[in-house]
Amino acid sequence: MLKAVILIGGPQKGTRFRPLSFEVPKPLFPVAGVPMLQHHIEACAKVPNMKEILLIGFYQPNEELTRFLFNAQQEFKISIRYLQEYSALGTGGGIYHFRDQIVSGSPEAFFVLNADVSSAFPLTEMLSFQKEHGEPNSFVILGTTANRKQSMNYGCIVENEDTHEVLHYVEKPSTFVSDIINCGVYLFNPDIFQHIGSIFQKNQQDMLLEEPTNGWHRAEAIRLEQDIFTALAGQGKLYVYKTLRFWSQIKSAGSAIYASRLYLNQYHKTHPERLASNKEGGPKISGNVYIHPTANIDPTAMLGPNVSIGTGVTIGAGVRVRESIILHGANLQDHCCVLNSIVGWDSTIGKWARVEGTPSDPNPNDPFAKIDSETLFRDGKLTPSITILGCNVSIPSEVIILNSIVLPHKDLNRSFKNQIIL
Amino acid sequence: MKALILVGGYGTRLRPLTLSVPKPLVDFCNKPILLHQVEALVKAGVDHVVLAVSYMSELLEREMRVQEQRLGIRISLSHETEPLGTAGPLALARELLDVDNEPFFVLNSDVICDFPFKDLMQFHRNHGQEGTIVVTRVEEPSKYGVVVFEADTGRIHRFVEKPQVFVSNKINSGIYIFNPSMLSRIQLRPTSIEKEIFPVMAEEGQLYTMELQGFWMDIGQPKDFLTGMCMYLQSLRQQAPERLHTGPGFLGNVLVDPTAQIGDNCTIGPNVTIGAGVVVEDGVRIKRCTVMKGARVRSHSWLESCIVGWSSSVGQWVRMENVTVLGEDVIVNDELYLNGANVLPHKSINESVPEPRIIM
Repeated sequence: MLKAVILIGGPQKGTRFRPLSFEVPKPLFPVAGVPMLQHHIEACAKVPNMKEILLIGFYQPNEELTRFLFNAQQEFKISIRYLQEYSALGTGGGIYHFRDQIVSGSPEAFFVLNADVSSAFPLTEMLSFQKEHGEPNSFVILGTTANRKQSMNYGCIVENEDTHEVLHYVEKPSTFVSDIINCGVYLFNPDIFQHIGSIFQKNQQDMLLEEPTNGWHRAEAIRLEQDIFTALAGQGKLYVYKTLRFWSQIKSAGSAIYASRLYLNQYHKTHPERLASNKEGGPKISGNVYIHPTANIDPTAMLGPNVSIGTGVTIGAGVRVRESIILHGANLQDHCCVLNSIVGWDSTIGKWARVEGTPSDPNPNDPFAKIDSETLFRDGKLTPSITILGCNVSIPSEVIILNSIVLPHKDLNRSFKNQIIL
Repeated sequence: MKALILVGGYGTRLRPLTLSVPKPLVDFCNKPILLHQVEALVKAGVDHVVLAVSYMSELLEREMRVQEQRLGIRISLSHETEPLGTAGPLALARELLDVDNEPFFVLNSDVICDFPFKDLMQFHRNHGQEGTIVVTRVEEPSKYGVVVFEADTGRIHRFVEKPQVFVSNKINSGIYIFNPSMLSRIQLRPTSIEKEIFPVMAEEGQLYTMELQGFWMDIGQPKDFLTGMCMYLQSLRQQAPERLHTGPGFLGNVLVDPTAQIGDNCTIGPNVTIGAGVVVEDGVRIKRCTVMKGARVRSHSWLESCIVGWSSSVGQWVRMENVTVLGEDVIVNDELYLNGANVLPHKSINESVPEPRIIM
């Protein structure tokens, strides 16, 4: 049997996802109409012989997470549990801490997935690859090809081109090492805990030698990437399975719009029922659009491509929405225009207002380009990016909000451009 | 009676509109700028209008032949081969102006107001001296040359260029009436009437002022063109309110040509002029704009403080603001944002212009 672990992080992480992560844990932020994590769970649940999915993170148990877990168990008919770390233990430390939970029932292998990626998650292919390359008990990293410049923002993998063994692993190098990058999706077997365990023991010994600061020892985080893969490379234990299917990180809010586009495109195969189509008496749909059934949309509105409309959203006459995520309860009044933006929960956009951002999409002419892990400021200026309205923001009629981030519960009274509005 | 209108050169300040037609023929509130002046002159009894132009335009000549017929007057073009300033054109046209002993009007072609030609004539005859300047009151006199004059009689004492301390808030409005005798003061060479002729006339006690009642605007550049439009429409509201469009979806002063079509659920106004054959589709919001003949504004767009040139087309969900000026036959594609764009004729715009600039 198989298991899967999804690393969901905690509230101190995902700051680049503010102000949206104030309202909802980032892994539950809707991407292509469903919580980010649901794409992971769905991919795991499809793998034959999958018995259990464990979420590891350091969020306090909360109602939203509990409700999500309950609904997901119902929908996917599989055991899904949340295991809370007592502190941020790192990508390796977390699974090591809960190793008994993972190995109980004796799975022969388990997947580990980072929550902040969007991917086609070729898990079954990883399993077949593991069996075919002929090295039993080896571990597999999902890899993909990046361009030379961007590869240095990721974990870089040098492989033996014949066997696909990982010969060298380095996290975010400062010079070019390889254009094969780590996708944050792994296939392990319980042997991995010996390797993490030896690092854990070494950290413990180091800590005993060290003077405790403020009278207590802090838990040393163990990172799979720097601490484990770097050591395992070249040992005949670690392999890379390269995928050509879609993959992107979801670090900033801007990348959520891009990730939505990737998943909406995948819906043609996996969930055609989730894609809106042009119907008599319905709004005009262009490209891939997800509309929650409870949304109320005027037939003269025009939506798409790449638009996700959440529960209870109201969209008035002659509204235009493109490349955007509209979160639940938002109200888009007549003739307003929303482009490259995320509109927060219960926000209101007045008549003829224009809410517009600048897309941060990867270069469409480079097949290996990834979304840039953009910095908020460059040379002291706010980098033009998507516009984000936090929860319960009110935009008056006829103004323009361009390349701005509006924090929750603000009533704006004029136009803003290239600003963060506290 | 005769009048000389100082048309001058290419009207570069009103580009890109003047790249398509000579400035006097640019539509202001659905009528060529020049006709506002000529019609007012005709009403005051003028039967011969001389246009002082420094370039040749077949279009202008042809249009003037049409207007001669329509108004039953004579219109001459006095063509400068070199720029003669604001006074030289009077010398050049002397033979046309100095045919009888009647006073003649002179005006700058950029000026829009409630032209007071009859009152001016009366006032001029009453004081009996060589010339009268119409003055208008401004809020910030330090930006202009002001006129200092005797309050009771209107006799001018002096002119002060950009005064640093307050001496007067009245400025030369570019509208004058002169006796033919004053022509002898001007040589046929480049001369400024304001700097070289008026001070001498004032010194000799030959120059008077009459204060303009109502609005006044120099509409020589797009920003002021729009301000002048607001003033003109307000004046229409007072003098001929039946010419303004009212009804659901119309706010404030809006002038709509009867051949224009306005869609459903639009909100138009205040201060909008819509020209002949214009099509405004459904759900459009327009305020403080001029939309010229044959233009189309597609559904759900939002326009404020713009001039949409002849036969241009503005796409759906476009936002245009901040004195965006589209020349003739410009196409703005759907969903774009134009902030202070100045678009030359026959361009197709495919990307937003978030900061003011010229689109060649």
